[in-house]
Amino acid sequence: MKVDASNPLWRFRGITSTAMFFFAYLYLPIVVLIALSFNENRLATIWTGFTMDWYVTALSNDDMLRAAQNSIVVAVSATVLATIAATLAAMGMSRGRFKGEAGVSAMLVLPLLVPEIVTAIATLLFFVALGIKLGLLTVIIAHTVFCIPFAYLPIRARLEGMDPALVEAANDLYANEWKAFRRVTLPLLWPGILSGAMLSFIISLDDFVISYFVGGAGSTTLPIYIFGMIRIGITPEVNAVSAMMLIVSIVFVSISFMIDRIRY
Amino acid sequence: MSEVVISARSVGKTFGSGADKVTALDSVSVDIFQNEFFTMLGPSGCGKTTLLRLIGGFEQATSGQILLEGKELNDLPPFKRPINTVFQSYALFPHLTVKQNITFGLEMQGISRKDAGGRADEMLELVRLAEYGDRVPSQLSGGQQQRIALARALAPAPKVLLLDEPLSALDLKLRKEMQVELKRLQTETGITFVFVTHDQEEALAMSDRIAVMQSGEILQIGAPREIYEAPTHRFVADFIGDSNFLVGDLVDGGAGKRAVKLSGGQVIALTQEVSDQRTGEVTVSVRPERLGLVAESDAGADQLTGTVSTVIYFGTDTTYQIDLGNEALLTVRMQNGSGAKADFAEGERVGITMSPDAIRVLAD
Repeated sequence: MKVDASNPLWRFRGITSTAMFFFAYLYLPIVVLIALSFNENRLATIWTGFTMDWYVTALSNDDMLRAAQNSIVVAVSATVLATIAATLAAMGMSRGRFKGEAGVSAMLVLPLLVPEIVTAIATLLFFVALGIKLGLLTVIIAHTVFCIPFAYLPIRARLEGMDPALVEAANDLYANEWKAFRRVTLPLLWPGILSGAMLSFIISLDDFVISYFVGGAGSTTLPIYIFGMIRIGITPEVNAVSAMMLIVSIVFVSISFMIDRIRY
Repeated sequence: MSEVVISARSVGKTFGSGADKVTALDSVSVDIFQNEFFTMLGPSGCGKTTLLRLIGGFEQATSGQILLEGKELNDLPPFKRPINTVFQSYALFPHLTVKQNITFGLEMQGISRKDAGGRADEMLELVRLAEYGDRVPSQLSGGQQQRIALARALAPAPKVLLLDEPLSALDLKLRKEMQVELKRLQTETGITFVFVTHDQEEALAMSDRIAVMQSGEILQIGAPREIYEAPTHRFVADFIGDSNFLVGDLVDGGAGKRAVKLSGGQVIALTQEVSDQRTGEVTVSVRPERLGLVAESDAGADQLTGTVSTVIYFGTDTTYQIDLGNEALLTVRMQNGSGAKADFAEGERVGITMSPDAIRVLAD
């Protein structure tokens, strides 16, 4: 890494130790969690030897697998729905200025700021008021809502960076609006859409609070299942499941960032 | 000149509404002919780009009509107009190769991939970039991108090609090259070019006719020579080349001609026809190179006289500032080595010679 010597921060001698403390604070618990997932001892906190057994146990646990399957069904559905909605919203917002544009813009990303517990209770009351039975469907609907801003932001950023003359050029070259979208806008927007979709997927996969409130019998997702497990006691099996979720998250987020860096 | 291709009839365009209302075009009428290199020239905000975008279909006229070969275009979207555009930013599709960019318009018109490919090769040949078909736009220089944008817009053989300041992003040398190139392409393809620029030299060098625009209006339309030598408005005379402006009263010049009497009492004869309706104070313009200097002793009775206030030597010519008195200044540019005595010193009294047809009475 290149160090800019003129930055007064580098004259502070404690910079290295401060940074190391900070990173340890952030990542040490996760490192410990992963390490203990390989611990032979049933008591998660005492190290006696290395084993992969807990991963085998976890992967042969039918309840865990059912929860994982639910999580994936919810995450995929919510991602698809949220990404479509976000793409349409971004296209609409980029079509030119209109009255109340700032307000609409703010409302699109507001779900990022509303406390999750508030959204969870509100959504639960809403479903109850409408008499909708709580289950996978209600979880999917609720997840779609909070995934929209995560999908919207990278797509909007892509559109902002696009020369508006490109669509005009397509129209000028005899492409009607649909063809111009399919042949020019969409291919240029793909990285933003994929990146947004992957972020949505991870956010949905990871969600606990909303799933807990609006879920019903048979809609237990992985985070809720893990929560149930640790109420009984922290075993290395919990660590193994958590470590696997972590890896999926890291992979998706990394791909999302890499896709987002694609430039033509 | 042959048939009219594009005809704008009292075209107006306003943006916004209420207090924010801006008039971009104010009832503009113009006919553009077949196989013509037509330039719309003016400073930014004069409405030239708006008129171009109205012809292209990217904006809708607020009033008036735009006709293509006599048929009204107003409600047709850009993709239904046989008109193509070279955009200021080129707007090449970054995810497509050069060749795919050129075939885009052809394929959208339903031409088979094979025929479109053949046509694209022809176009690449025409803009002299035959070996660049497989590159993507980001691998090309600005000048090359410009040529591809031209090839792409010319490929569907439009009736009219619109060019929106296409040379403004290029450096001076490349710009000069592209001016020649554009003129060649226009002659070779026989397509009507409608070109928008704020660069007067560019306009003079390339155009068959120029429309000079200001504040949403066309002030004058004419051949480059006509625009330069016989400007009708002060703005035109000022925007294109250098001009001297003198203020005086219209008087009878004898022999059915008019003349202008300056505040100092000197009278300048006119050859230009000036309507009898016009009287009183007028502004006349004259190009510095249409003026000459003689020693005061050689000056005729009615000739302007003045004092040389500055002399600037430019090599091919010398520019003199002449103080006419009454705070009137006149710039005279004389070519060096033309045989005339062209070495007057500062402070010297001189007489000014001018051919009467160089004096133009401007519209109010």
